[in-house]
Amino acid sequence: MLKDEDRIFTNLYGLESWRLDAARKRGDWDQTKDFIAKGRDWIIDQVKESGLRGRGGAGFPTGMKWSFMPKEIGARPHYLVINADESEPGTCKDRDIMRHDPQKLIEGALIASFAMGAHAAYIYIRGEFYNEAMRLQAAIDEAYDAGLLGKNACGAGWDFDLYLHRGAGAYICGEETALIESLEGKKGMPRLKPPFPAAVGLYGCPSTVNNVESIAVVPTILRRGASWFAGLGRPKNVGTKLFCISGHVNKPCNVEEEMGIPLRELLEKHAGGVRGGWDNLLAVIPGGSSVPVLPAEQCDDLYMDFDTLREKRSGLGTAAVIVMDKSTDIVKAISRLSYFYKHESCGQCTPCREGTGWMWRVMERMVRGEADVAEIDILEDVTRQVEGHTICALGDAAAWPIQGLIRHFRPEMERRIAARKGAVTAKAAE
Amino acid sequence: MSGGAPAQNFVQPDSFAFTAENQAKVEKIIAKYPAGRQLSAVLPLLDLAQRQHDNWVPQAAMEHIAGILGVAPMRVMEVATFYTMFHLEPVGKYHLQLCTTTPCWLRGSDAVVSACRSKLGIDFGQVTEDGKFSMVEVECLGACVNAPILQVNDDFYEDMDGASTETLLDKLSRDEVPPAGSIIGRQTSAPEGGPTTLIKKTDASGSDGAKV
Repeated sequence: MLKDEDRIFTNLYGLESWRLDAARKRGDWDQTKDFIAKGRDWIIDQVKESGLRGRGGAGFPTGMKWSFMPKEIGARPHYLVINADESEPGTCKDRDIMRHDPQKLIEGALIASFAMGAHAAYIYIRGEFYNEAMRLQAAIDEAYDAGLLGKNACGAGWDFDLYLHRGAGAYICGEETALIESLEGKKGMPRLKPPFPAAVGLYGCPSTVNNVESIAVVPTILRRGASWFAGLGRPKNVGTKLFCISGHVNKPCNVEEEMGIPLRELLEKHAGGVRGGWDNLLAVIPGGSSVPVLPAEQCDDLYMDFDTLREKRSGLGTAAVIVMDKSTDIVKAISRLSYFYKHESCGQCTPCREGTGWMWRVMERMVRGEADVAEIDILEDVTRQVEGHTICALGDAAAWPIQGLIRHFRPEMERRIAARKGAVTAKAAE
Repeated sequence: MSGGAPAQNFVQPDSFAFTAENQAKVEKIIAKYPAGRQLSAVLPLLDLAQRQHDNWVPQAAMEHIAGILGVAPMRVMEVATFYTMFHLEPVGKYHLQLCTTTPCWLRGSDAVVSACRSKLGIDFGQVTEDGKFSMVEVECLGACVNAPILQVNDDFYEDMDGASTETLLDKLSRDEVPPAGSIIGRQTSAPEGGPTTLIKKTDASGSDGAKV
């Protein structure tokens, strides 16, 4: 288990004050000016060496992403955009950073913006997080009053403004180009890539979109050293990670742990274990609703990291672990996710707009067993026609949960169909 | 997206204008964005209008905002209908937003839904006759380790069940608004009974109290 002294988010649960003076006692804003004095290349190199991979779901190396920004600032200003549109079902980690440890995010925003040549950054927070937005704005105001933001931010000679922007209820705005569209005051419809945001992003300017957790860990990485962060976890899957454990555990919770912690250890040490004991586990969605479900037999000795979970044909995603015990109607659990994606499709691409509704309607019949066995294959085929055929990854995200269900729980789907047919035949014979 | 065309069985006001206090906020909001990029302010301005106008956005407000931003009214309307948090028709004084997405459903959101239905006699998308309550089904609210969540206006009530939902509705009907957060007294997102990590911190007296 990760030692307390190696945890970055030391006020994860809000046991201490969120205010600037308390945050400073926890170590925030220490040496910030010195890091900036070492220059852009030094910061980006440190982040690269730390092995930090993006915490928003895709796991792309953060330092490499930063290095895609133009080296020189041309006619167009650079922007950092922080994705706080936390909406992936199961995920609620960024909420805790923003309401309990906001200075880590604010300090990280300054350092990251400097490293990318940005004099302004926007934090796009989901609209439903109203109280969290008020808290974060108060923290930003405190940082301005203390001279940590604004002209000559932190006394480091870099002018930097940080703005908070509230969304208004749309999962799709967590997709980086939809987020940019939304921030520009439009419907949140994803853009085709290329051009990538580092070339043409917010207001047509070079921009980088990073998740809250990715930005908030950077100051601590610089203070403790890239090798400290890289020394935690498993090869290529390093550092600490916030896990959100929901569903059928005795004590659902958020917790910061070492990347790669075995699933069983994670659940038993922090979440009171699976309801009814480990043997009562039916399945786990290991990384938020978009990643395929894994059945219990694959959950023993399962390392919770990007590469292990990808080998299992699932993913770490946002590290939102949704636990389901044997009482779960697994087909209904997945069908509810299909409804989610149908509801959240922006409607721009036909395969997603039509496909998510079609898949959900078939899934609802599968829940009741009102289908032919052959339709399971048709459903699988349709998920393949949606996957990879849309501008953004929402189509993929809608397809994967169903593919995972069919891969691991096909016998249960067939059982329902047979049971329903049996019931209908018996009724006809009466 | 689920936003729809505005219904027409209620009265749309003929005009809308921000109050002097809110007009000052409008200018502060627009100043957050670069010159010429004032359309970025459309979401915050719609939110401001909704807060000023009994928690719903009339068409006149969209037209007013379009005027402020110097864009065609359609640019504002297409945004207002895309995002689920803008109410284009009146809602109750207490607008209940029930999350039923899988993490909440696994923890018993069905019981929260039935408690609201039976106690209030309304269904999703409806308003009680006295205008006090309205309820809608929402997708994941992003507080899944405290599921199920019932959001009332801006506040999340967490770790709900059927009985606590009934108690909450009783209080709201008397206009008592309990503090937001975990209804079972959990420390935010820590495991019930106390954290398994950050143990040294548990005796800290510097807690700022508020359970946001």
